[in-house]
Amino acid sequence: MNPFSSGTRLRDMIRAIRACKTAAEERAVVRKECAAIRAAISENDQDYRHRNLAKLMFIHMLGYPTHFGQMECLKLIASAGFPEKRIGYLGLMLLLDERQEVLMLVTNSLKQDLNHSNQYIVGLALCALGNICSAEMARDLAPEVERLLHGRDPNIKKKAALCSIRIIRKVPDLAENFMGPAASLLKEKHHGVLIAGVQLCTDLCKANTDALEYLRKNCTEGLVRILKDVSNSPYAPEYDIAGITDPFLHIRVLRLMRMLGQEDADSSEYMNDILAQVATKTESNKNVGNAILYECVETIMGIEATSGLRVLAINILGRFLSNRDNNIRYVALNMLMKAITVDAQAVQRHRTTILECVKDSDASIRKRALELVFLLVNDGNVKPLAKELIDYLEVSDQEFKGDLTAKICSIVEKFSQEKLWYIDQMFKVLSLAGNYVKDDVWHALIVVISNAPDLQGYSVRSLYRALQTSYEQESLVRVAVWCIGEYGEMLVNNVGVLEVEEPMTVTESDAVDAVELALKRHSSDMTTRAMSLIALLKLSSRFTPTSERIKEIVTQHKGSVALELQQRSIEFNSIIQRHQNIKWVTDLLVVNNIARHPLKILVVESMHLLLGCWCMCRSSLVERMPVLDEAAYLGKRAGSSQPTLSAEKSSKPTTSAASLKLPNGVAKPPAAPLVDLLDLSSDDAPVLPSAPNDFLNDLLGIGLPNSSSSGAAPSTTTDLLMDLLSIGTSPAQNGPSDSNVVPSSAKAAESKPAPVTAPVMDLLDGLPSNASPPRDENLVYPTITAFESSTLKIAFSFEKQPEKPQVTLISATFTNLSSSTLTNFIFQAAVPKFVQLHLDPASSSTLPANGNGTITQSLRVTNTQHGQKPLAMRVRMAYKFNDEDKLEQGQISNFPPGL
Amino acid sequence: MIHFVILISRQGKVRLTKWYSPYAQKERLKVIRELSGVILTRGPKLCNVVEWRGYKVVYRRYASLYFCMCIDADDNELEVLEIIHHFVEILDRYFGSVCELDLIFNFHKAFYILDEILIAGELQESSKKTVARLIAAQDSLVETAKEQASSISNMIAQATK
Repeated sequence: MNPFSSGTRLRDMIRAIRACKTAAEERAVVRKECAAIRAAISENDQDYRHRNLAKLMFIHMLGYPTHFGQMECLKLIASAGFPEKRIGYLGLMLLLDERQEVLMLVTNSLKQDLNHSNQYIVGLALCALGNICSAEMARDLAPEVERLLHGRDPNIKKKAALCSIRIIRKVPDLAENFMGPAASLLKEKHHGVLIAGVQLCTDLCKANTDALEYLRKNCTEGLVRILKDVSNSPYAPEYDIAGITDPFLHIRVLRLMRMLGQEDADSSEYMNDILAQVATKTESNKNVGNAILYECVETIMGIEATSGLRVLAINILGRFLSNRDNNIRYVALNMLMKAITVDAQAVQRHRTTILECVKDSDASIRKRALELVFLLVNDGNVKPLAKELIDYLEVSDQEFKGDLTAKICSIVEKFSQEKLWYIDQMFKVLSLAGNYVKDDVWHALIVVISNAPDLQGYSVRSLYRALQTSYEQESLVRVAVWCIGEYGEMLVNNVGVLEVEEPMTVTESDAVDAVELALKRHSSDMTTRAMSLIALLKLSSRFTPTSERIKEIVTQHKGSVALELQQRSIEFNSIIQRHQNIKWVTDLLVVNNIARHPLKILVVESMHLLLGCWCMCRSSLVERMPVLDEAAYLGKRAGSSQPTLSAEKSSKPTTSAASLKLPNGVAKPPAAPLVDLLDLSSDDAPVLPSAPNDFLNDLLGIGLPNSSSSGAAPSTTTDLLMDLLSIGTSPAQNGPSDSNVVPSSAKAAESKPAPVTAPVMDLLDGLPSNASPPRDENLVYPTITAFESSTLKIAFSFEKQPEKPQVTLISATFTNLSSSTLTNFIFQAAVPKFVQLHLDPASSSTLPANGNGTITQSLRVTNTQHGQKPLAMRVRMAYKFNDEDKLEQGQISNFPPGL
Repeated sequence: MIHFVILISRQGKVRLTKWYSPYAQKERLKVIRELSGVILTRGPKLCNVVEWRGYKVVYRRYASLYFCMCIDADDNELEVLEIIHHFVEILDRYFGSVCELDLIFNFHKAFYILDEILIAGELQESSKKTVARLIAAQDSLVETAKEQASSISNMIAQATK
């Protein structure tokens, strides 16, 4: 013993660590050991290097950092003796991986060891190379490995073959170098070499089609012979497992046959006989036999096998499926999923068994079975299958409910032939597992209900009934609340009762109770509560007797800590107070809610906008929400990026019958720009073709052009708003729509001249010249007259901080040019997408006559594309003039350059 | 392809890990934690496959030790069960009715055996006898080297006496 060595033996260290009672103790022991090892490393202690490395490996397995030992591995590998090399390579494989640069340093040692005279040292080097080599090392050492493939020793050959697999995986280009040697390995007798050779061939086929062709031509016969020999071989104790000779070789040969026979009739035909023999003769009472059968079935399914062989394969799977061993059932389900493309009819025969597997206690089996059932559903069997699954939903495990619900929903959506059935199934799912239903699923349900006028009464009543028992299911509550809000009177008056329904009496206050409960329930989230508020608002106009009560409920939420709820209740409260003319305001709010638009600011802005203008509306009742276009919604949900509304779709009669008088008196065809306002990021928002939207159009200052002028692309008319807010994002789309905007705003200006000085086109065309605006040191910009009409003048003055060139502070001054006072004055502005706008509150909402006073309002504008794109803005002013609602709009394009 | 082999005890202690696909040290610990959570809680009669991150982990319990191998989704699960058993039988032959303690104190030997069975995540040798013979040959190489070393140090010790 070296008297200076303080280290303990490996065994003692393991004992010490095992004796530790707490994690802290263990850390202390490890720290002490690591310190000793570091000291030994720095002293370059040679005697105990291998022992220290062994200790480090143990410490590494416990999860402690051991990077300081990496160089020790390299030193041990470089030493001459076998014991040192053995432990050195082990440490290398354990402590390093291919991504560490230290590994490169070992390339030279590896090269030397690959050429070593001792076969065991060559074996060590091959093993290390095969387990952790990087792409660079693979390139450097491939010739050595290839040479070893031609050697004589089977131990070296099999290791070199597996090492080649790693090399090909890292550098697929090298595949062709290994084609020849790999093919010759298949002529060997030694099983280890054969197994490794067959695997190398399989990987070559994956890496390179030339290799696949080459092996198909040269090896198919040889493979069939190997399989024949091994499956007919008499008892061989060395390779025997449960009465079968070398199942591993069986399986690997079968796998390679699958690669070679795929889409190749000739080689497939050559394999038929032996596959039939393996499939019929293999014993299936042990796991080994089943493993071979499993692989054999997969190969039969994979190649161009005869139909008889395929029937045989499917029958084997059927036997597997009824096996009592869970593993066998698991692989059977797995395999049937692949078989369904080959022979759907045969798989259908096992439907009942598969359905039973969905209810298994084993999560892995359940998951597989559910996926399989999903593939099995067709128009003919959807009803019984959906019923089975929904029945099971009630008793299934919590963690499985999510998957199960998602699958049921998609089955029901995909295969529903009649709406009533679809609605019924969805209601069942919602009541059983509403908490697991995804948002887009219940959104789609609402779209369907709103499109089925004859089922709306039935839906709202069923939902009301379901609510009584399943109040804890969030999505059920949402859909129910929405339906009660929309179709509350159908609930109370029993409109459109179907034959299957049981009679039910619900009073107006019962309906309000239900919504109130949803609003006040602790588990309700923000969305549900917000929807409840909207439903209440709608009910307030339909159920006049309950109006006072609803007002009270809404008032209670004025102090809500959630901004959204607080805002809604304050606004709704004022709406109820001035209970008139709130027709579509609520409709739009519902849309906001469903869209759940991420651009909250935009939504809130639009709410302001709408509420600011509600007083101008002339309709009298809270109307139903406009019907969502089902096809367009589903199409959009399916992933189409743009809602493609054809003219006939958008002119489809809608339930909201009120046609709105437009301020400038131009009759406009219905279209759906509203949606685009709320759906700029084009997520799953519904598409709304309906009359009221025209109004919003006008609010936003965009008249619709004649359809003849927009014949080029229907989407340009529907996406005007989109364009307004995304000017300059995609020229291809903006081109036509911009030209549409200009004449229409000119049209709007007929009644009240709005100084649209330059069309948007010019604004955008001016881009190149404005690309590098002059950098004014003082940053002084002239005050401009942004807007002037017979009644109103707006002046903008600008301020900029030199350190923030993107941000401009605009103070707007409004002057009344007419002879009467303007009240309820509201100013709004819209900017392109690349600009952020922040509006501060105005100094007042009353503007005295004859310029005897002004309103000021400041705007903060951040141009994210400062220096590349000029600022543009649309403005809109709403006010009361001689007790009449007025609306003015305009576009500001005369901003000084450099903003 | 086998992506990694993990041996965990019933208590969740790691007894042996071998990674054939690159996983960073942090990632390895995370994988082990995640899998031991899934596997150790499964009931005795359930199937031996768990689906995990798009892969399958095939496991088999021997006394207090779980042998787990992670494979691709389209690999043969039943065969992997046989590979695990193959490994265990060879360990058993080598140590003479192997137990968990053997693997703790002689973890490096378990690694040597595994390296004779798997390379690059693929099976290397289907004959238990061949593996045993190769391991024995290498062990004896180590022994002779040791003897030589001790005889040399004896000679030096005698010479310097």
